[in-house]
Amino acid sequence: MLSFTDFDIYSLANFANARIIWFKNYVELFQDPLFWKALKNTFYFLLVGGPLSIALSLAAALMLQSKLVRFKGLFRTAYFAPVVTTLVAVAVVWRFVYHPRYGILNYTLSLIGIGPVDWLGDPNWAMPAIILMAVWKNFGYNMIIFIAGLQNIPEELYEAASIDGARKLQPFWSITVPMLAPTTLFITIITMIGYFQLFAEPYVMTQGGPLNSTLSIVLLMYQRGFRWWNMGYSAAIAFVLFAIILVGGVAQSRTQRWVGT
Amino acid sequence: MGRNVTKSVRKLLLYAIMIVIAGMALAPLGWMVSASFMPTGQSSTFPPPFFPKQFTLDHYVTLFTRMNLARYLFNSAFLAISITVISLVVDSMAGYAFAKYRFRGRESIFKLLISSMVIPAQVTMLPLFLMLNKMGFINTYFGVIIPGMASIFGIFLIRQFALSIPDSYMEAARMDGASDFRIYWSLILPLCKPILITLAIFTFMGTWNDFLWPLIVMTDDSMYTLPVALANLSLEHVQDTELMMTGSVITIAPVLILFAAVQKYYISGIMAGGIKE
Repeated sequence: MLSFTDFDIYSLANFANARIIWFKNYVELFQDPLFWKALKNTFYFLLVGGPLSIALSLAAALMLQSKLVRFKGLFRTAYFAPVVTTLVAVAVVWRFVYHPRYGILNYTLSLIGIGPVDWLGDPNWAMPAIILMAVWKNFGYNMIIFIAGLQNIPEELYEAASIDGARKLQPFWSITVPMLAPTTLFITIITMIGYFQLFAEPYVMTQGGPLNSTLSIVLLMYQRGFRWWNMGYSAAIAFVLFAIILVGGVAQSRTQRWVGT
Repeated sequence: MGRNVTKSVRKLLLYAIMIVIAGMALAPLGWMVSASFMPTGQSSTFPPPFFPKQFTLDHYVTLFTRMNLARYLFNSAFLAISITVISLVVDSMAGYAFAKYRFRGRESIFKLLISSMVIPAQVTMLPLFLMLNKMGFINTYFGVIIPGMASIFGIFLIRQFALSIPDSYMEAARMDGASDFRIYWSLILPLCKPILITLAIFTFMGTWNDFLWPLIVMTDDSMYTLPVALANLSLEHVQDTELMMTGSVITIAPVLILFAAVQKYYISGIMAGGIKE
């Protein structure tokens, strides 16, 4: 409802100061290039970071389930440690990791002959840098869910396959992938919804810059609503956010039915 | 023979990859701890040192004496602990009621709660802010505690768990003349202990790490939680690497230590949540 009003700082004192302006906020929103930029950035983050994070968690889960490996608990704890850390604090840390001259990332890269990258200062690299950090932060979470999914696959299936003379990667494609489909779908959805709400990373690391290349939807909503106190406009952004997540959720439950879980 | 060789090569390769990933996962955290002990400016030398050449605790002292860190630490701890305690009581009562009491509209209320979980928190923030503003709770502890007092996820978890408690237990207790509250307090709560511990850990860590909501509600410097204070300081003291690393260590250490202590419950909680969907 709020999104249909011109609710702002003056109305904060008295609600009666807000006027109903119906769809004007939405018209303004859809004509705002900054909104489209933020939407584009958020989808960039989600469509590149999401699959990357899921692929890495699956790989890590498969390695941790391998019979060849010992010290599983130790590796699992190491991979999971970033998940429990405070996002703001690690974003502060990563800002220095990304330092063009004194950051440990560029230094490590220089050892293998890759030139210095101005990670957070270059509009082309800022979003990849944020994606890298986000993947680092949360792949351990999905990894745990993948491990749970892998443990649910009956061992007999693999035994039967090896008796039937299945070759190296065959059991992976014919048993692991289909049996893991519901888990993968679940992970995809929670990751996408989580990634869509990108906020603290750009807030701490770039403030949306350079050249708005890391401005996300939620960051825009925060700036308009709680910095400029343009609550009506901000509510319109929130509603668009909700609509997109809702559409995603419905698409998910449809696919789930289609996959047959 | 050839088979064994390929097997050990594969094993070696696997270990190599896993160690590299572990290194990448831990390096930023390790560097953070290490840099917090470096004298000012040492991390900004070339080549960047990974270990301190001289060891100092200056930054820890500075943060606590000049930067008001004790206050932020108190705010964070106070909020996280009170929200954990209150929400555990509310969630367990509600979850138990949804599982074991028959009342009109039980199923439809529960369904409504579950479906409202898809609404992202950011969407409810604006109206919530206005409501709390009207009640005068902005910039108070209540402003953070009230929205955290109950969680639908927590109610859901406890309901699922309580469903597995046989009705005969409660009937037997009732025959012995136990009151409803007595049954909840001395029978249901002890039985739900594992899920309560898991939920407590999740709630505590979630509140401790939360950023956006305290950032919105706490407008006064003395009310900031650690993440909010750290974000603010880091935007002011961009150059002071070592000091910021120290602040990060203090923010992260409590949750990381808690996680190390109760890892088993935490991991099993995620697995349970993941499978049940």
